[in-house]
Amino acid sequence: MEFETNKPIYLQVIEDIKRRMVAGELPPGEKLPSVRDLAVAYTINPNTASRVYREMEQMSLCFTRRGLGTFITEDPAVYEQIRSGMAKECLANFVTGMKHLGYHDKQAMIEQLLAFQEN
Amino acid sequence: MLESTHVTKRYGGKAADDDLTFTIKPGHIYGLLGPNGSGKSTWMKIASGLIVPDQGQITLDGVKVGKQTKAHTVYMATEDFFYPYMKIRDVERYYRDFFSDFDTEKFRTLLAELNFDEKMKVTSLSSGMMAKLKIAVTMSRRARVYLLDEPFNGIDLLARDAVVKTIIESLTDDCAVIISSHLIEELEKIVDTCIFLKDGRLILSGEIEEIRQSQGCSLIELYKKLYA
Repeated sequence: MEFETNKPIYLQVIEDIKRRMVAGELPPGEKLPSVRDLAVAYTINPNTASRVYREMEQMSLCFTRRGLGTFITEDPAVYEQIRSGMAKECLANFVTGMKHLGYHDKQAMIEQLLAFQEN
Repeated sequence: MLESTHVTKRYGGKAADDDLTFTIKPGHIYGLLGPNGSGKSTWMKIASGLIVPDQGQITLDGVKVGKQTKAHTVYMATEDFFYPYMKIRDVERYYRDFFSDFDTEKFRTLLAELNFDEKMKVTSLSSGMMAKLKIAVTMSRRARVYLLDEPFNGIDLLARDAVVKTIIESLTDDCAVIISSHLIEELEKIVDTCIFLKDGRLILSGEIEEIRQSQGCSLIELYKKLYA
């Protein structure tokens, strides 16, 4: 994975894992790799990798079973939260982009969107 | 674990290292950064006991660097350091004989991962293969401190990736890896703490993720700010 080097890497890895969750690659309850394997998979520092899991646990994205490892949350509501969060981001990008192009009012934007979908 | 206190080394009138004080903690990968001639290699050689500072000292777990600490530190020089007569299997024997902490099992695993054949001659290796052999032999020692001097010099992208992977896989909670490099991009993802040197002096040190978060800049941008 290519990283943007001006943003914390642990946040970018979390974003990637969230993307994989909603894409169905990481179903609820799926076992996550060990810290070391995560570090190797993303070629990141092992301390950054352990921070990824620490922060994810705080965000209720995953949980640890003592002696067994780290697992993706089993709560479907969390998946729904991620999905709607990402949708909002997509929409924000869309709206900013359209405004840059001069589509300032809601109606004009929606018309463009509908026309695009029909094609 | 490794304490550098007021380390100064002069060559002629010029201080290569000038009053360097900082601490290396286990479980971390450090980037020792700065342009050519900023004192990185000199500090590494002092830390590994190859040269003696004029002032100050470095201690490993309280023991002054010297004969005793050499068993626990590895210095990987920029230059190639194998005898020309050697084949890969001679390298293995040589290290096994010389270093009691050499893990033959690990070395063989790494050789297989990096596509070496024990019959290969070291003189016939490409620079990428040479870099991989150096890192394999270095990381196969069960040392406390790994000092890697410019491990990415003059090697292609894939060889760099292999070297990086070997370093990440080898880090344990009780050892520290210190990498000197002017190829900052390579270090961006794998180093967690950076130490910047300029004209032999320490000008900045800190955790990279914190720097990214607080200053919103990458290691390379910070490097340019500090040295431009």
